[in-house]
Order: sequence, then C-alpha cells, then structure tokens
Amino acid sequence: MIIHHPLLGPRDSAEFVYLGAAALMDRPDPETASADDWHDYAYLRDNPAGPHRELWFHEGGDRSILIVTRDTTTHEITDVALARPAGAQI
Amino acid sequence: MQYSGFKVIKEALTGHKGWKPAWRDPDPKPHYDIVIIGGGGHGLATAHYLASVFDRHKVAVIEKGWIGGGNVGRNTTIIRSNYLLDGNEPFYEFSLKLWEGLEQDLNYNAMVSQRGIMNLIHSDAQRDAFIRRGNAMILNGADAEYLDLAQIKKEYPFLNFDDARFPIKGGLAQRRGGTVRHDAVAWGYARAADRRGVDIIQNCEVTGFRIENGNCLGVETSRGFIGAGRVGCAVAGNSSRLMAKAGMRLPIESHVLQAFVSEGLKPVLPGVITFGAGHFYVSQSDKGGLVFGGDIDGYNSYAQRGNLPVVEDVCEGGMAIMPMIGRARLLRMWGGIMDMSMDGSPIIDRTHVDGLYFNGGWCYGGFKATPASGYAFAHLLARDEPHATATAYRFDRFRTGHMIDEKGMGNQPNLH
Repeated sequence: MIIHHPLLGPRDSAEFVYLGAAALMDRPDPETASADDWHDYAYLRDNPAGPHRELWFHEGGDRSILIVTRDTTTHEITDVALARPAGAQI
Repeated sequence: MQYSGFKVIKEALTGHKGWKPAWRDPDPKPHYDIVIIGGGGHGLATAHYLASVFDRHKVAVIEKGWIGGGNVGRNTTIIRSNYLLDGNEPFYEFSLKLWEGLEQDLNYNAMVSQRGIMNLIHSDAQRDAFIRRGNAMILNGADAEYLDLAQIKKEYPFLNFDDARFPIKGGLAQRRGGTVRHDAVAWGYARAADRRGVDIIQNCEVTGFRIENGNCLGVETSRGFIGAGRVGCAVAGNSSRLMAKAGMRLPIESHVLQAFVSEGLKPVLPGVITFGAGHFYVSQSDKGGLVFGGDIDGYNSYAQRGNLPVVEDVCEGGMAIMPMIGRARLLRMWGGIMDMSMDGSPIIDRTHVDGLYFNGGWCYGGFKATPASGYAFAHLLARDEPHATATAYRFDRFRTGHMIDEKGMGNQPNLH
C-alpha cells in the first residue's frame, strides 16, 4: 500500500506503524469517565467492513501521525490527513 | 455410508458408481432447537458434538457460502498445545486429545499426522521462557521436551547453525503436535453431523437477528426466517459484522494473515519448525509443498489478501533458519481474515441477549482449537454453562482484568 503523506508525498506503508482506529483519539474525560467508559474505549472496536478512519504513525519518516481513510474490503485509501495540523503547537 | 477399506476396494472394482454425497442439502425448517451460524470448522464441530455428545438433533448449521470455504481451508494446518497460561493450556490440550481420536470418532480420514512441532530457541532468556512454558504444558498433562543444540543438530541438520545474529541454542519440542488435512476436518465434521440429523444449509446468509424483550427468537436469512431456541455464532473473521446486527461492539479487530505454499519438494522437513527470533513457521505437506506463514499484515482488513512487505518479511525469516529453501519457488499464497482479540485469546460465552451465544476471537490460532472449540461451544449451547476447559473465555474478562495475554502485549490486537 502507498500512503500519500500530506507533507512527504507517496510513501510505502512499510515505513509506518499501524495504531488502530482514529476513534482512539477521542479519549474519555478522566474527570467524568466511568469504569465502563474506559472499558469501552480501551477494548471495544467498531471494526467496520468498508471505509475506516485509522491512525498510521510514520516511524520510518517524519514521526507524524496520519489519519488515513481506507476501505478495509479493498485496501483503497481515499483520504490522508495529519492527525495534528502542521505547525500546530503541542 | 460408512467408509472402510472394503468399501474402497468394492468401489474400485465397480467403477466408483456407488459413492453418494457425503451430506444432504436440505431446505431450512421453520424452527430448530439450536441454530449455528457459520459452516466453518468450529461451527460444524459444534454441530457434531451437539448431536453426538449432548444428544441434540434438531440442529442446523447455516452458512452464507459453502462449508469450509473460510479459515478452516486457509490455515497452515498445524495442531499443538504448547501454551503457557492456565486459561489456555488445558483447553488446547483437550483439543489435541480430541484430534488424536478424531478420525475414529468421525469415520473420516483427516490425515491427522503427529509429526511433532519444534520451537527454536535463540537466546539464554528465551531458553528460560521456553522451559517454563514446557513445564506449564507438562503440569497440564501435555508433553514437552527440551532439546539441546546437539539434539537439534542431529534431528534437523539442515538448519542454519552459523547465524551470528540469531544463533540456535536449542528447542522446545512437542512430539504429539503435527498437522491435519484442514479441508477434511470441515468435511468430516459436516458428514458426521449430517448423519446424526443436523441440517447443513449452505448459501444462506444471516441478515439479522429477531430479538424481542431481550430474547433471541431466531435469525433472518436470505432464505427466510429460521426460528431457534438458541443461536450460536461461530463466524470468526466476520464476528464484528455479524454481532453488530445484535447491537454488540466486540473486543475484536479483523486482520489479514497470509499463508504460502512452495512447489513440491522431496521430503525434507520431519515436522513443524518455528523460528524463535522472527515469526516463521513451516511444515511440509504430504504432497511435498512447504506450507509456511508468519505475522499478520497488521492493519484492519476484510480483503482476504495481503501486501508484499509481509511476504518479504516471512521469506526472510525462512531464509534465516533454513537457507536451503531459498531456491524453492513460491507456488501459492493467500490471505484469511482473523478475529484479533484484545488479549490474543478467544471468547466462548453468552451475550447480553438471552438465547444468543458467541464463539470467536481466535486470532490466528483457531485451527488447532477446532475440536475443543466445537465441544466447548456445544457444551455451552446445550447446558447454558461453560465447559470446564473454557471457563476463562468470557467477554467480561476485559472489564474485570482477567485477560489471557500469552504474549503480554496489551490491547494492541495487531501485536498478538
């Protein structure tokens, strides 16, 4: 698979580490979340057959994390974006 | 129709005109006591044990395609019971014992071959870990044997003993492990279940569950509604898609695992061999092809095909331990879809819906588990309580902190 990195252009997916569903970015609020919320966040997945928003970490490149929209039935990638916009402060 | 040597000779002399289909092709009845979704190894084994051990005969297996067309026909055919943890090892040893009696039980030649499995050891720390695992196996009634370097050189002289990076230090052998003709497992279970009255309904896709007041009354299918006292789901690879129809989210991601077969070679491998420093496992089929595999690709997939980086990685693993295979050409490769669970271990449990039961999360270890998975699932479906060897395979273990994580990887399914 070729991932079209927004800054670096087409890159081989082997340069990346797969980190799972992009929904994992929406972490429960530690002030209010219950044990059930944490269980659901940590262990349950939608696991769709079809378009899937997912995180790819460019470990062998610029170490950015990308949000890749990829069809899990065909491996076709339809969208790639930086998880944190370029230049944004931490 | 009972198979026997006499029958084979008789048919050979009479033009093979007396063979009949090994199972019926019935239309679905309006209602069954138990409906099993998924005509793979686990679903068919469940039906067989329901009928043969638990005396349930109003049972149907419904399959969206043809039976045995999924992972039971897509694996590397290895059987073994070399696990460490208490939640796993008794279950897999129970499975290995069922394999040992399978062909007599089914009256079907599944080519169960206990040619042994040997896990290579490449460091002192790995030796300690493997000896610990071997002791856990022995404590649970399985067999395990530590082989030192001299024994490895004697039994497997073709291995690469000059690898400076991953030197071979020894091995952990399980002599009772081996391989089984995988398609014959599906066919043997199907025939045995059919002969006891189980309806095997192919080309029948489940489109939904009929659930009223928290009770599952049956399944909606492409061939109409089928009522059921209890419904068991055994569709590993597609578990999340099916259970979503019952409103469930599972602790599972679907991933693709590739497997490979080389061209046919003269006998070179005595049994199953695994590389301890990378991920590579290989055996030789009775036709002569080297059957091998390695890691999953590592990203969610339902595509039943993988990508080239893993092909390269697997072949590099093979070349690292047995360079002699370097000139063998790759004949076939394919992918299967795995239920990768959050701790690398399976689930055989009730669900939040009464009458709806689940079997899945087999990661890429489902084939060896087929007999015990079927037996334990049949036990759960027939008696509504888990089999003694499968009590740890619960949905709520993630909630209660009782994960069964052989590799200690945490909730990162692509690392199990």
